[in-house]
This record gives sequence, structure tokens and C-alpha cells, in this order.
Amino acid sequence: MGKKIRVLVGKPGLDGHDRGAKVVAAALRDAGMEVIYTGLHQTCESIVEAAVQEDVDVIGLSILSGAHMTIFSKVLNLLKKRHATQILVIGGGIIPLEDMKKLEKMGVGKLFGPGTPTTEIVDWINECAFAKTEQPKTKRVKAKKSRKIKVRRKRKK
Amino acid sequence: MIFLKKLLKGEKRTVAQTISVVENEGDTKILENIFKYTGKAYHIGITGPPGAGKSTLVNAIAKQLLEKNKKIGIIAVDPTSPFSGGALLGDRVRMTDLALKENVFIRSMASRGSLGGLAQKTKDVALVLDASGMDYILIETIGVGQVELDIAQVCDTTVVALVPESGDSIQAMKAGLLEIADVIVVNKGDREGCDSLIMELKFALDLRQQKAGWHYPIVKTIATEGVGIEELVATIQSHKEYLKRSGRFEKDRKEKLKLHIHELIEEKIKSHLKEFVIKDDELEKIINRVYERKLNPYHIADEITNKIFKVREDV
Repeated sequence: MGKKIRVLVGKPGLDGHDRGAKVVAAALRDAGMEVIYTGLHQTCESIVEAAVQEDVDVIGLSILSGAHMTIFSKVLNLLKKRHATQILVIGGGIIPLEDMKKLEKMGVGKLFGPGTPTTEIVDWINECAFAKTEQPKTKRVKAKKSRKIKVRRKRKK
Repeated sequence: MIFLKKLLKGEKRTVAQTISVVENEGDTKILENIFKYTGKAYHIGITGPPGAGKSTLVNAIAKQLLEKNKKIGIIAVDPTSPFSGGALLGDRVRMTDLALKENVFIRSMASRGSLGGLAQKTKDVALVLDASGMDYILIETIGVGQVELDIAQVCDTTVVALVPESGDSIQAMKAGLLEIADVIVVNKGDREGCDSLIMELKFALDLRQQKAGWHYPIVKTIATEGVGIEELVATIQSHKEYLKRSGRFEKDRKEKLKLHIHELIEEKIKSHLKEFVIKDDELEKIINRVYERKLNPYHIADEITNKIFKVREDV
């Protein structure tokens, strides 16, 4: 059998509401992915360490505690330290729209709020994984550039 | 070869990426390169029915071995769904004590269609961990029934974990799981029925032919609380010493290598068969004739294999 998409689903911090994480984990499993679930109350360090050892393609964090700004930036930093930035970080939970935008600028791939159909998450991961195997760097850079250009145009107006 | 140096040093990201290559690609080049650095790690297998506490036992055993300053690699296998091809790998949930230990490397594997309790590539992944300088490799199977016995072909010491609900002496006398056990653990020892299961097991094991010099020890544990783990690790250690003392260690490992080579040859022949010997359209014609009962499958199989081996004889 060939390569499977590997996803680590983690619950960082003290928030103990893991229903959502489990729903997502089950959906990804049923979509043919290998899902590593690490359980409740994980630290950012242990999540990144597990992601490195398991050589996952994606880290999905479920955060309902309000600590998303701190946790995501810490995870991204730790990944940088381990030279593992090609691992895509995504998330879900109760995150205000403004924060979502900030986080996506920071380097988080995508955030899924309450009510997101699980198929949307599956499709999004599949698409990214596909893009990654095609041409990893150029695609990402292009995406960033085009975003910047759009912003500038808006300002001029 | 910077990559090889990093791998032999046990640099975790390199080890992880190497495992992915080994797991996903049919290419055996990496394994050929690292094979000479393997053979040093001692392999301990943990198997048993679902929910027996295998992951928790692995966690507890690893913690004990860590205290002795050992380096430990863990491979935890969970089943792949035959329907979706996906898998939920949840063994790490029980191993949070080990998450940040410098000397521990944990890798979850999905069984990917293999039926023997391990994944097809588990043996190869163990080789990578072996080369990366581990002292011990703990391999945890999926939750097994009675005949998923692959683990015994990979490990030096096989630990079978049972729980008080696992059955009576008749279960223990049946062929299968208990036959591969070097050490038996009755976990969840605080539950009712534990002592009577141990009695029944002792009775059943008495009836069995003993391997010379080794009686099958039964250890009672409560893995979540660490009770009995020290004794379990000591028992595994004494099995290791027994193997070395009696010369069985070398003999067993050679037997396993022989099996490994046989498996590889079989695999090669199988893929060769599919690619070259039987072409689909040709086979379809044959199947049509077999369906009409003008040919029979036994004769066809003979004919085709004879053709293959004739080619060999000519050379």
C-alpha cells in the first residue's frame, strides 16, 4: 500500500472538551487517513514531539478554552525549532473571526469554526496534501504573494 | 552520507522520516544500507486481546527501563479499517508519561490490511529503530484474538497480556495465543476472578510441554498503578538471560532470519507472478475454459508453475 495522509489530532491545554476532536478524528479516519489521537491535556511540546516522531503531514488542534493565540503561536515556533515547518497546522474550536485572520497570517493553515461539515475539513486536507506532493514550495509562495497584492490594492482605493 | 550518520545517532526527525519511507515505499535500499548496524536491540512483544491494557503495560515497562538508562523504541500497531482504509491510532493516549522523554521514540503504525496482528512493515520499522541505537524495542500488536501470532516471529520475548475476564483453563489449552507466550501477564489484577484465572492458567501450562529450562511465569499486574511492573521487567530480563545462557537466543534469531528471507522471496515471486507470468487477457481466456469445466484449476496451476521453473532450469 502507498502513502497515507497522517494527521495528529491534539487537545492542548486544560480544556477537557474532546467531543469535537473525536468527531473530527473519526471523520478523517473514515476518509481513509491515519489519525493519531493523543488524548486530553497535552502540552504544546508533547504535541510537537509526537508530530515529529509520527512524521505526520498535518497537526489538527482543538481549542475551546480561549487560549488559541498563545497555543498556536507556540506550536508554530516549536515546529520551526525542530525544522519541521512542512507539517501543516490547522485547528478548530471557539475562535473569534478576528483571531482566525490573525492566526492564518501567522502561518496556521486553516481554522474551522463550530458547525463546519466534517467533509469540508476532509476535502481541505486532501487538497493540501495533494498540492504538497505536486509542488510544495512554489505553490505556497505564490499564494502568499497574491494575498499581499490584494491587500495593497485595497489600501490604494 | 549525512543522513545515515544522523540516523545512527538517533536524531528523531531523521528516524521518523526514514520510517515513513520504509513504511510507504517498496524500496528496500535504505534497509540494505542500515542492516549491518542492526541486531543489537532486544525485542519485546506485547500482545493480547483488545482492552487488556497492552499500551498501558508498554508505558509502564518503558518507564522501568528508562530508570536503567536504556534507550527505548516503541512501535504500537492499531488496525486499519478494511472499509475506509483509514485508522485511528490511539495507543499514545496511554503513553503520555513517555511523550517528552529524550530516550524514547514512539511510532504508531496502522496494520494496513495485514492479518497477523502487526503491519507488514513492522519488522522493517523495527530495523530502523534498531539501527538508531535503541537498547530495547517494544512492539505492541493490535488487539488480537487467537491466531494473530506474527509478533512471535519478530520478538525475542513475547509477553501475552490477559485480563481476569479472559476465560478458563479450556481457553488456555486451545492452540494459539498462549503458545507463543514466554511471559504471561494477568493485568487489571484488582478485578474479581484474577486469582482463579492465574490458577487455571498454571494448571493449563503444566499440561504443556515445557521448553527446556524455562517455565512459563505468570505475573499479576495493575498497569495503571504500576503494581507488579518491577516483577514483570525482572521476569523479561530473566527470560533474556535464559535465552542467552541456553544458546536459544542465537538459534531463535537465525530461525527468524531464515523466515524473513523466505518471506522476502515469496513476496518477490508474488509480485513477479502478477507482473510477468500471468497476463490478464490470457488469464481471462483460461478462466472461461475453467468455468466451462474444460480445464481444471489444479492442472493450470501446475502448468504455469512448471513453466516458471523450466525457465530457471534452462539458465
